[in-house]
Amino acid sequence: MSYISTDSEWTFELLEAYDTEIKRIAEGYGLDTYPNQIEVISAEQMMDAYASVGMPLGYHHWSYGKHFLATQKNYQRGAMGLAYEIVINSSPCIAYLMEENTLPMQALVIAHACYGHNSFFKGNYLFKTWTDASAIVDYLVFARSYIKKCEERHGIEEVEKVLDSCHALMNYGVDRYKRPKPISTEEEALRQEEREKILQQQVNDLWRTIPKGHEEEAEKKKRSFPSEPQENLLYFIEKNAPLLKPWQREIIRIVRKLAQYFYPQRQTQVMNEGWATFWHYTLLHTLYDEGLVNEGFMLEFLTSHTNVVAQPGFDSPYYSGINPYALGFNMFQDIKRICQNPSEEDREWFPEIAGSDWLETLHFAMKNFKDESFIQQFLSPKLIRDFKLFSLYDDERSPKYLVDAIHNDKGYRTIRDNLSRQYDLSYREPNIQVWSVDLTGDRSLTLRHTMQNNIPLSSDCTEVMKHLHTLWGFDIHLETYSEGKKINTQACPDHTKE
Amino acid sequence: MSYFIDRRLNGKNKSMVNRQRFMQRYKKHIKQAVSDAVNKRSITDMERGENISIPSRDTHEPVISHGQGGQQHRIYPGNKQFDAGDRIDKPKSGGGGAGSGQASNQGSGEDEFSFYISKEEFLNYIFEDLALPNMVKKTLSTQDDFETRHAGFVTEGTANNLSIIRSMRNAHARRIALSAGKKRKLKELQQEQKELEENPDGFKQQARLLAINEEIAILKSRIKKVPYLDTFDLRYRSQVKYPVPTSKAVMFCLMDVSGSMTQDIKEIAKRFYILLYLFLQKSYDKIELVFIRHHTSAKEVTEEEFFYSRETGGTIVSSALKLMHEIVQDRYSASEWNIYAAQASDGDNWDDDSPHCASLLSNQILPQVQYFSYIEITPQNHQALWHAYEKLSTDWPHEFAMAQIKDPGDIYSVFRKLFAKQNASESQRSSPQGESA
Repeated sequence: MSYISTDSEWTFELLEAYDTEIKRIAEGYGLDTYPNQIEVISAEQMMDAYASVGMPLGYHHWSYGKHFLATQKNYQRGAMGLAYEIVINSSPCIAYLMEENTLPMQALVIAHACYGHNSFFKGNYLFKTWTDASAIVDYLVFARSYIKKCEERHGIEEVEKVLDSCHALMNYGVDRYKRPKPISTEEEALRQEEREKILQQQVNDLWRTIPKGHEEEAEKKKRSFPSEPQENLLYFIEKNAPLLKPWQREIIRIVRKLAQYFYPQRQTQVMNEGWATFWHYTLLHTLYDEGLVNEGFMLEFLTSHTNVVAQPGFDSPYYSGINPYALGFNMFQDIKRICQNPSEEDREWFPEIAGSDWLETLHFAMKNFKDESFIQQFLSPKLIRDFKLFSLYDDERSPKYLVDAIHNDKGYRTIRDNLSRQYDLSYREPNIQVWSVDLTGDRSLTLRHTMQNNIPLSSDCTEVMKHLHTLWGFDIHLETYSEGKKINTQACPDHTKE
Repeated sequence: MSYFIDRRLNGKNKSMVNRQRFMQRYKKHIKQAVSDAVNKRSITDMERGENISIPSRDTHEPVISHGQGGQQHRIYPGNKQFDAGDRIDKPKSGGGGAGSGQASNQGSGEDEFSFYISKEEFLNYIFEDLALPNMVKKTLSTQDDFETRHAGFVTEGTANNLSIIRSMRNAHARRIALSAGKKRKLKELQQEQKELEENPDGFKQQARLLAINEEIAILKSRIKKVPYLDTFDLRYRSQVKYPVPTSKAVMFCLMDVSGSMTQDIKEIAKRFYILLYLFLQKSYDKIELVFIRHHTSAKEVTEEEFFYSRETGGTIVSSALKLMHEIVQDRYSASEWNIYAAQASDGDNWDDDSPHCASLLSNQILPQVQYFSYIEITPQNHQALWHAYEKLSTDWPHEFAMAQIKDPGDIYSVFRKLFAKQNASESQRSSPQGESA
């Protein structure tokens, strides 16, 4: 076999040649992917793509302009290189290649994004359950044109106000357990109109002020609403806020849908990047083993790869948290090692996978876990030693930190539990739910914050409550409970201060 | 199957709308930054972009998150010397030390959100507040005078631009190219024909002669068919429109620097000059600035000296007007230059001098200038000079304008007034006065 290329200048023919080879090898490893749509773009376009937070076409909002300005400035100053690639969870899977990249870099991106991320999008259970890759682009088209229409009809400012508020609550606009149904654009447009009518009727019914019979009224007083706490704040508002117009409800719905679409990505950062990095590493090495690329190619690729998976120590000036590429890549490599060359320790810790078929085990891990459970299941003592992980206990009542576990026999489990929890969204985000609505009184909405480990809410929350108030239209109360006791309440608007 | 798509030629400004939305939202901040920049820059240095900083807390998008405090476990990599059970001092406020602050979203960001606006945007922000009349805005944004210049020859054009020499030269060359070979052949054949006709014996020769005659006829008709002038010989003179700056202008900045003028007043005056300068710059290619400062006597100085050096003493305004008149006579003839003048003062003047100033303006200066603006920067009642000038603004409604500025906040509204007047004389202004008269 001769080398596919020896030069670092790329051409479309060469890209296709690499894609063909990488695809062949990827299929050999059983990577199941959506079709790829690989788009070559310029650096400026990459900045645009960047600013729209991974949506190929977004609606207009000032916050994307802010992202763009920040990206542009950092890039022009040289403070930040642009990402080599952006890949979108859609079918066909859209991946962007930047024209400035050299050929080895393009090959790396193709392997990483078009076969790594792509197969993860298609295979992982969270993505399978929560996102519909074939419908997302259609939905974005619908959202963009709907919001544009709203802007024409109601003014940019009005629409922006709703969007601002929705964005503030975006992370609380996801269903964690219910599965949403996928639908296409035309269906969406049709349903949307229908929804507007029906929804408004229902809301009106809920807020009916005409007195009914005495018995009914007495009953109503006893009934609490909602009957169960609601975790999806945006959904609750969309369906129940008394004063919203139908178009405002639809906008809430759009933001909610997008939040739901991004929800799996937020829960699988380590796995997703680790999986893609593992596969670009493996696929390109296979290319080399087959004699399709030369040493120069490999050196350039490895330089870049090494930078990507570097994990600076906590005391390094470059430290900015645990690098998901590094952790994920090393975990998948480690699983492969445990399958192929298990040590005594591995056999003890991972009896079910030690010595098993590595490819099968890897696919199993990719398909059935999210960051939190993945770490809980597969982080090995060897990796904890390699990373020299330690756990720090920070109690605000004490002037000192406590090192409560290090990479030794006593510490492995604590470290693994704590690290796993660090990726658990329900720990990372405050637990806030809709608790009750005062249906017959002042129509105020009460939220309950259940405190974990006495960790308070950040000062942002006051601002977010204002947004909530904008949407709900009546008073908002936020009660903080710790160990079953109410320890704090906030209200918006804050009548105590007036 | 993978599809490759080359998107590089697609528009790159997908984010433009979002960027504008952002700018719109933070207009107040940007305007503040622009006006700060105006104070720092030289009058002639307005035409470049500016770095705008907005406090991060204003652009922050709030989300619900955990704050600092409570009891938290965090995992860090790269342990070197810690053992389980070790206790480590927490860093004193501010964070940044070993293992703190990284998990929160506070403290890690910059305090300022900063970005760059282009020179057009910068100017637009300056002009925005002036509420300029449409006519003025138009002159600011467009250049309406063009001259046509030759730009070589082209193959398409209108008949009046036909270049006869070029076209004939092309035709000639084409005729040579198309017929030279045939003519040579013809010559040879005619030579042979002549020889054969001289010795017309022999059957072979007869046959040859016939063939030659036929061939000669064909060649001749072919040569004849080469057109004398073909459409693709035609060449037209190319004319391109070239924007011409209307003309040159000189701007006189006159300022009282007597003891009563404080630095604050000078700052306000600077804004006044800057805006006039910018305004002129949009209309004129070449602008010269003349700075004249005066107390009891006037002097031409540099910009630096003009704004930042201090003198004391009384005030005789007419000295500056006289000097300006002399300089005009000397260097800026009214037939070649558009003359603008901006005078700033706190209104103090030697009592007997004010009527003299008015007559100087009325008799010598105003007939020659496009526009003379006067601002009186004083929080008090009008001073002597104001009263002397008042009559001028009725006598010369298009050429003279005056206004009182009490504090920096007034400056834009004053400009609106001044430039609104300008609007009326717009038609005269586009060419030097001498020519239009």
